[in-house]
Formats: sequence, C-alpha cells, structure tokens
Amino acid sequence: MAVADVTVQAGTPLSSRRRKVVRRLLRNPLAITGLAVLAIAVLAAVFAPWLAPHEPTQTNLGQAFAPPGTAGHLLGTDDLGRDVLSRIMFGLRASLHVGLLAVATSLAIGVPLGLMAGYFRAIDALISRFTDLVLAFPFLILAVGLAAIRGASLGNAAIAIGIAQIPGVIRIVRSETLRLKSLDFVAAAIVEGAGDPWVLGRHILPNAASVIIVQATVAIPAAILGEAVLSFLGLGIQPPAPSLGTMLSDAQQFASRAPWAAVMPGLAIMLLALAFNIVGDSLRDALDPKASRR
Amino acid sequence: MSTPVLRVRELSVTFRTEDGPLSAVDHVDLEVTDQEVLAIVGESGCGKSVTAMSLAGLLPRTATVEGSVELDGVELIGADKRTLRSIRGREIAYIFQEPMTSLNPVFTVGTQIGEVLRIHNGMSRSAARKRAVELLKVVGIPSAERRVDDYPHQLSGGMRQRVMIAMAVACDPKVLIADEPTTALDVTIQAGILDVLRGLRERLGTSIVLITHDLGVVADLADRVAVMYAGRVVETAEVHDLFAQPQHPYTAGLLGASPAAGRHAGTHRLNEIPGLVPVLAEQPDACTFADRCPRALDTCTAKQPLLDQGDHQVACWNPVREPVEV
Repeated sequence: MAVADVTVQAGTPLSSRRRKVVRRLLRNPLAITGLAVLAIAVLAAVFAPWLAPHEPTQTNLGQAFAPPGTAGHLLGTDDLGRDVLSRIMFGLRASLHVGLLAVATSLAIGVPLGLMAGYFRAIDALISRFTDLVLAFPFLILAVGLAAIRGASLGNAAIAIGIAQIPGVIRIVRSETLRLKSLDFVAAAIVEGAGDPWVLGRHILPNAASVIIVQATVAIPAAILGEAVLSFLGLGIQPPAPSLGTMLSDAQQFASRAPWAAVMPGLAIMLLALAFNIVGDSLRDALDPKASRR
Repeated sequence: MSTPVLRVRELSVTFRTEDGPLSAVDHVDLEVTDQEVLAIVGESGCGKSVTAMSLAGLLPRTATVEGSVELDGVELIGADKRTLRSIRGREIAYIFQEPMTSLNPVFTVGTQIGEVLRIHNGMSRSAARKRAVELLKVVGIPSAERRVDDYPHQLSGGMRQRVMIAMAVACDPKVLIADEPTTALDVTIQAGILDVLRGLRERLGTSIVLITHDLGVVADLADRVAVMYAGRVVETAEVHDLFAQPQHPYTAGLLGASPAAGRHAGTHRLNEIPGLVPVLAEQPDACTFADRCPRALDTCTAKQPLLDQGDHQVACWNPVREPVEV
C-alpha cells in the first residue's frame, strides 16, 4: 500500500510535465495549424494508395496539360497526362521519408559528436577538423559515391543528405555545449560528484534540446529540396515514381504552358516546410519551463 | 584541539596565462576541525575563491596546483577522477556565489536535489524525491511538498540559494565550502541563509569553509578566521581575538574599512586602504602588503614574514600589538 503510494507520487512530476507541454502546445493556435497540416500530409502520404484518385504513374496523353479544375483532375495534369494531385500524394511519401531519414541520420551522428567536441577539449580539434572536411567535400560527389557503392535509391539519397547535414548539427551543438559548460549548474553537478556522461546527458543535452529541435525543423525542408536535386540527377527516386522535388524540377520544362504542374508541388513543399518550422518553434516554446509565465 | 577534518598544507596555485605565469595562492596552510566554521576573508583578488576551488578540484587546466589537501586523511591533490568523483558531493560539497545560474533551468528542484542522492547512494527516484522534500524543509523552504516540483525560475534568489544548500548537504558531507554564499542576496535574505548554515553545522555536524569579504558575515557565523592577502594567509585567529585585536596592519585596515554604527561619527568617511592588491607573476621574498602598509619597515621589503606560532598567528615584521581603535 505504502509502496504503491510512493510510486504514484514519484510518477506524477514527470507525467504532469509531459501533460503540461502538450497542453501548452494545444493552447497555441499556430501550433495547432502546423500540426494539422503535418497530420494531413502524413495521412495523405500513408493512405495515398487508397485516397489518390488515379495511379500516380498512369499516363494519358489525351488529357495532357489539363488545367486544375478539369473533371477528374482536381489539380490538373502534367505533360504526360498524369494526375498532379495523385502524384503529390505519392510524392509526399518519398519526401517525408527522405526528410525524416536524413535528419535522423544527421542528428544521430551530429549530436553526440557535437556534445563531445564542446565538452572534451582534447578531441574538439579532431571533430572540428572532421566537420571542416565534410563541409569541404562536395555534396554531389558524396552522393554519387554513395550511390555507386550502395546503388541509387531514395534511402541512399537520404543518407547522403543526412551526412551532408552533419557539420551544421555538430557546430550548433558544439557551440551550445561550450556555452552551457561554463554555467554554474554544470560546475555544481561536477562538485556533486557527477561523471562526464551524467553531466552531458542530464545537464547539457536537455538544455541544448531547443536549438537541436530548431535545427531539425530547418533541416527537414532542406532535405526535401536536396532530394529533388539528387533525383534530378537520377541518384534519388527513380522515375516514373514521383517525389515533390522531382515533380517540381520536371515541370520546369513546360512551366509556361502548364504552370500548375510546378506550382502545386511547390506549394506542397512550402506548406510542409512552414508546418515543420511552426511546429518546431512551438515545441521549443512549450518545452521551455519558463514559458508558463507568459 | 581535535584532529582536523580538512588539512591544507603548502597549497600553491599558479595560472599559466598568455603573459606568463600568475601566482594566485602561495603556500597556504589551513586546518578545519570538526563542526568548525572557518572564514577566509580578503579583498577581491586575494586568492580566496581560487583556494576554495582548489579544495574541490574545480580549477581549470591552466592552473598548476601544488601542496596537499587532505580530507579525513585522503589526499585530494593529484587524486584520480574516480576518487574525486566519489568524494565530491559525499564528503566535500560546494555552494556557489550566484544562485541564479547554479541550478539547471530545465529540471525541477526536487529532481536536482534527488540527482545527488541517486549518484552517490543509488537511491530510487521515489526515495530521492522523499528525501528532497525533507532536505527542503531542513533549509527552511515553506510548503516543501509543493516547492519540490517547482522549476528554478519560479523561486526567488534566496530560495534558490536554499535549494543549492539542500543539494550540497544532501549526502551529509563532512565539509561544506561556501563561496560568498550571501553576496548576491539582499541583506534580509542573507540573515536567513546564515541561519540555515548555522543550523546545518549544529544539526548535521558539518564543518564549513566560508569564503567572504563581508566581515559582518564573518562575525555572525565564523569560529576562526584566516585573512588572505595576495595569495598568502597573513593572519589567522579565533574570530573574537581577530576582531578585538587585529595584529596584521592589513586586517586592521579591513576592519577600519567596514562600516559600523557610530564608529565613523564626525568624519562620515570609512577608512580605506590605499592602492590595490598586486597581481604577481611570482611571490617575492618580501611582504606583499608593504607598498600599502602604513607601518612598513625596511625589513618588510627585504624578507618575507612567516606566520608565527600559537592560536593567533600573524605574518608581519611590525604587527599591531597595542589595542587598536576600531
């Protein structure tokens, strides 16, 4: 009985904190809008095979360049008569996949390296030179090399983009670590007898979370656009399968005749990027314990 | 005299800087016995804080520390990381000057106090939380059960300093080093914090090393005082002896420079000590206070005075022996 009581008590602060964060997030109308856009995008991507009015790769030359609003083609068709709406829905799949996988790759490698570079002076130079090296290495050659080794695919394109994004993550996490390391609570933790992993995991990483989240929300849209570049060169998604980036670049050839074929996926990318940024910003504010004062 | 808990012998600290070496602490000897409050006083730049930081092994890598710091027979200078980690927090704890930045802003105070217990005693989350509430009560935080879930920004400066003290004493350390614990606080809050420290000494039997430049705090709390000047201890005595009869001209100057009701009537001026604490590349074989000393003799610039023996020790060639008017 007594034991159970204690457990419940101990459980309260953590779960109540999580609830508080969610409540703060839901009180912010901008955050709800962003979340709604993301939810729609994810649902459209996941259920694309059932929701899409047409096969994304089905051509119909008789219907080529149909403007938006044409019966059966809400957002029009492209040069081969493929339905733009259906292609956007399937394209979202590829783009979200690349965006998330690339950022996950860059964070998984960049955050630990950034923390170590900022915290241990001995290996700072080594890691910082590594970031310079990756930064100096041409992104496209990296991607071509990876494609040559592992084959051209969406996943490999995502990993190549993720690798290219590592230096940015390392630099941001490193500078934040340097700033946090000099604060008194880190010194206080050390005199309390905390070891390096404890200080890094409990004191520095949670305080650096906000900048990492912001970096991630900026990096996702960048990765989505990076995928377009790679797919354009044949290193990403293989035609005729669609992604938002490839639709955008393909449509450029006939942009004056059928601007909607470029504008629609462009709008989709913009909305997606905006939604990620808004949600990231709101999340950062909601995670900040001081925000409840405002 | 009982055996000292903390024994500092010949402690010297030198910093490597771009302009060459810089001597911050020079052959300092200190002893703290059980339940004793030792105050280290001096102007800014006298090496008080550097001394305190070297006790906890907190100095940056540019510092060279020589000598010996023994805590309960265990040598701390040059000890390996594992030994230091097990001693820090459990045997020796540290309170910082600035309560505003000494707490991690993203965790509740209860979590942070509990951390120390979880590191050292392997306590469970729930047991640590219970103990955190107890500790908050010990340091006099009202409605501790509620406050334990507060974040640092929800507390005032005085409350945060109390939380810092609660964290410091969580594992019942033998020695508590308080580096200017009241400097950043209002006078009314200061008194409360000093009461908490006094209470800890009586209840937990903690020895306290109190670093301060506030002689009022010294008179309030300390048993013994070590006066530091330019990295050296120039005088050490029981607190009453020191205030009644300061022997080193620097101590006399410090006392004369602190305000007291009625003392400065007529002049409306505090007596200052002219000049500044020198920044030394190396410690000369002379009295470092001689330049500013009203009682300086020729010997003072020729040979370094050493602390004499006894209960009231002073390092001076021409100490004040007559009762001073303070």
